[in-house]
Amino acid sequence: MNKHVELKNHLREIFYFRLRLAISIGFVLALLAILLGRFVYLQIVRHDYYQTLAESNRISVVPIVPNRGLILDRNGVVLAHNYSGYTLEINPSKTTDMEATINELSTLMEISPKDRKRFKKLLAERRNSETLMIRNRLTDEEVARFAVQQYRFNSVEIKARLFRDYPLGEKTAHLIGYIGRINETDVEQLEENDLAANYRGSDYIGKTGLEQSYENELHGATGVEQVEVDSAGRAVRMLSRKPPISGNTLVLSIDAKLQEIAEQAFGNYRGALVAIDPNNGEVLAFVSKPGYDPSLFVDGIDPQSWDELNNSPDHPLNNRALRGQYPPGSTIKPFMALAGLFYNTRSPSRTISDPGYFNLPGSSHQYRDWKKGGHGSVDMFKSIVISCDTYYYGLATELGIDNIFSFLSRFGFGKKTGLDLEGETSGLLPSQEWKMKRYKDKWYAGDTVSVGIGQGYNLVTPMQLAFATATLANNGIGYKPHLIREVRSSRNHENRLIEAKPEFDLKLDPAHLDLVKRAMAAVTQPGGTAAQASAGAPYHIAGKTGTAQVVAMKQGEKYDASKIDERHRDHAWFIAFAPAEQPKIALVVLAENGGHGGGTAAPIARKVLDYYLLGKVPKPLPDMVESEDEQHD
Amino acid sequence: MTRRQLWRRITAHLDLPLLLGISLLMLTSLVVLYSADNASWHRPLSQVLNIVAALTCMWLVANLPLHYLMRTAVPIYLLGMLLLICVALFGEISHGARRWLNIGVATIQPSELMKIGVPLMMAWYFEKHEATLTLKNYFIAALLLLMPIALIARQPDLGTAILISASGFYVLFLAGLSWRVMGVMFAAALASAPVLWSMLHDYQRHRILMLFDPSQDALGKGYHTIQGMIAVGSGGILGKGYLNGTQTHLDFLPERTTDFIFAVYSEEFGLLGNLILLLLYFFVIGRGFVITANASTYFTRLMAGSITLTFATYAFVNMGMVSGILPVVGVPLPLVSYGGTSMLTLLLGFGMLMSIETHKKLVKT
Repeated sequence: MNKHVELKNHLREIFYFRLRLAISIGFVLALLAILLGRFVYLQIVRHDYYQTLAESNRISVVPIVPNRGLILDRNGVVLAHNYSGYTLEINPSKTTDMEATINELSTLMEISPKDRKRFKKLLAERRNSETLMIRNRLTDEEVARFAVQQYRFNSVEIKARLFRDYPLGEKTAHLIGYIGRINETDVEQLEENDLAANYRGSDYIGKTGLEQSYENELHGATGVEQVEVDSAGRAVRMLSRKPPISGNTLVLSIDAKLQEIAEQAFGNYRGALVAIDPNNGEVLAFVSKPGYDPSLFVDGIDPQSWDELNNSPDHPLNNRALRGQYPPGSTIKPFMALAGLFYNTRSPSRTISDPGYFNLPGSSHQYRDWKKGGHGSVDMFKSIVISCDTYYYGLATELGIDNIFSFLSRFGFGKKTGLDLEGETSGLLPSQEWKMKRYKDKWYAGDTVSVGIGQGYNLVTPMQLAFATATLANNGIGYKPHLIREVRSSRNHENRLIEAKPEFDLKLDPAHLDLVKRAMAAVTQPGGTAAQASAGAPYHIAGKTGTAQVVAMKQGEKYDASKIDERHRDHAWFIAFAPAEQPKIALVVLAENGGHGGGTAAPIARKVLDYYLLGKVPKPLPDMVESEDEQHD
Repeated sequence: MTRRQLWRRITAHLDLPLLLGISLLMLTSLVVLYSADNASWHRPLSQVLNIVAALTCMWLVANLPLHYLMRTAVPIYLLGMLLLICVALFGEISHGARRWLNIGVATIQPSELMKIGVPLMMAWYFEKHEATLTLKNYFIAALLLLMPIALIARQPDLGTAILISASGFYVLFLAGLSWRVMGVMFAAALASAPVLWSMLHDYQRHRILMLFDPSQDALGKGYHTIQGMIAVGSGGILGKGYLNGTQTHLDFLPERTTDFIFAVYSEEFGLLGNLILLLLYFFVIGRGFVITANASTYFTRLMAGSITLTFATYAFVNMGMVSGILPVVGVPLPLVSYGGTSMLTLLLGFGMLMSIETHKKLVKT
């Protein structure tokens, strides 16, 4: 290449570059001029306007908090609502001696140690210059007494606020949940979801249960009032107002009366009950015992009550229906039987001879039946009615874990049911793959045996078992379980109905279903494991009892309830649907440490069924006595 | 080595006029931060640490000879792209956007790296093909720009995407992209605006709409703009005086140590103060242009020009958004807002400018 040409190009290039640079400088000068123009406009032309806004009459943007939506049961019974009441509040930034102020207030009205502790906690968690509540639910007399003395307290004021109330209290605590004061974590969450603006002025947010899961429906849209305030912060004139929009009303599929009866039926037992309408997936009752008083949390729980709830051996804060994971025990047997029929592993008529135990080929380890000496000759129908363990040890071994896994997972075991309540756990349906991942070990034949009677690695939640039972009752057509029937909008008075549509159809053979359902109906007839609890019912109940071992027993050891610490006693299960021919309700009862399904869990189910199908309200019973009879499942 | 020699050694690669301008802006930062933090030393002291760390990095880069600087272009760009892809695949979601990458010890925001990486790469590319520049080369350079932009816009981080686009566009412009092509690009951009609009997230549309009527969202982002404008406007010609801004000290101004620090400054020092600040910025920008004009190679010219123009853009965008003529896009006021990351990125750029200025005699043979 010619050197001369290159040099010329270079110079020309430099020239063009400098030209562009000059244009750039012009561009920057233009930008700066725009800014300067804007500053002149704001700071000279419009100065008086902004001066007024900033100095003498500041515009204060006041959020107006919307009323939270109501929660109703399917018949319109109120489960959560708001009422207005007076609170006594202190503004900490205007107080010099907090202790003295509170002491002086206590001469006017009662301020309990719990109130003081709660106030201290609120003070520690204070986010901005808000006033903090020292007493709530003031009586008219207390309001009057304070009003007279108001001049002595310049940092204390009485405020009218809306309170959340849960009329059924403990009975719906795990279902409805509660709202609580917005804390740091909530603020982060809100900012992350770009919702912080709508929560300006809001003090409360749903913390658990439906209050949390449907927070977006319940909260409503915050209104805004632009007011002029003078330099002391007093409102002088309203400039504009955008009214708030109340939260939507939730109508549940829950039947409050049914819920109450179910709750009562547990007596002193801990446990859970979930009842579902198998024809549409509507959850009719959702109980976790024991409950707790949700109103404790609404105004900020005092440390003492919190410790009591949190450290109680009964774990009242644990939502057993949704999050409790238990071995399914014998309640898995109807599903295992269906699997056996589905894979053609066992024909209905094939009988086994039960010596009271099961051996794997080439092993001397005995898997024992609950009945010493065995049940003799057992076919599939009888295996469900009398709950023969030996039959299912064999069936599971013949099916193999892969088939068991694939069949049971279609019923929703090992997965969340997708109930519209946050925090569901997924239970555990074991597979070869799972065991390798969890224990770095391969699956042994022995692992499969106990899976057959729901006593191996498998764990279910009461919710899951209820879903599977409802699917079985509805001939394999599954409806996604849900708690909300309808959302009533306060904005345009439109109601959104939650439509029930089938999620899946397992396409089960009607003959197989017929056999298993008939056997389950026989469970509640004389000779079955739940005969006693079902005696005298004018409708047919199809059911299955179950017992979940809490403590494993050694080879040859005998289970003796009286010798075992109460909290190590077996959990009692009962799954049922009724009427057996045309099911209207499917349910699961779990009674922790209740012993045998037939003895403890089935009577609870019976009361629920009697009310739902017959409208029969049980008489208030004396606290249930531990059943010591030797009935097994 | 005498003290004098040592001093000369240290300052050999520093550009004193530029350093003077930067230092004055940083000093302003500390003064305003003290007021914005309600007369507390907490933020100003912490900002001093940011400044010291960033100045050290600037000094190191300034001492880096130009061929080293060029050699870093490809690795930095590739690393940045790799990290951006990692963010898209496994980044952490925060505030509805996937911008952060957890690398075990800390979380990093790779788009920050690309603020330098993209113009560096483009300048390097043009230098490589300097002798035989055709339209194809501009096209490839534009592609080098668009790939990271697409990833960043997808996060979504519209503010950073636009700013990096600007810095890349400056390289294209200075590299001599023909006016006709720019005209076509401009027309295409206008034509595609409705399509882009439909691709924007709801909150981004919301922010743009809000620009026209901040009172629409008086509780949310509109609140920032309204309060910012009140602060600036009420400052008047002379301002309310240091530590006397009512908007600032009565808690009306949000984010007043970071993105809205200009409102604090403007309320307390008024139009006169604004004029001085604009002059300070123009001094730094002007020095940048002088360095650009004197730069000895194609690469250094493009790089220096892009750094300078980008700096000017940041300042314009921030002051524009606080005074209500641009949407709130989360851009700090360069060298003044509180924060270590932006300080570091900016001073790395100034380090490069100084290196370009002080190493050119060695290159010019």
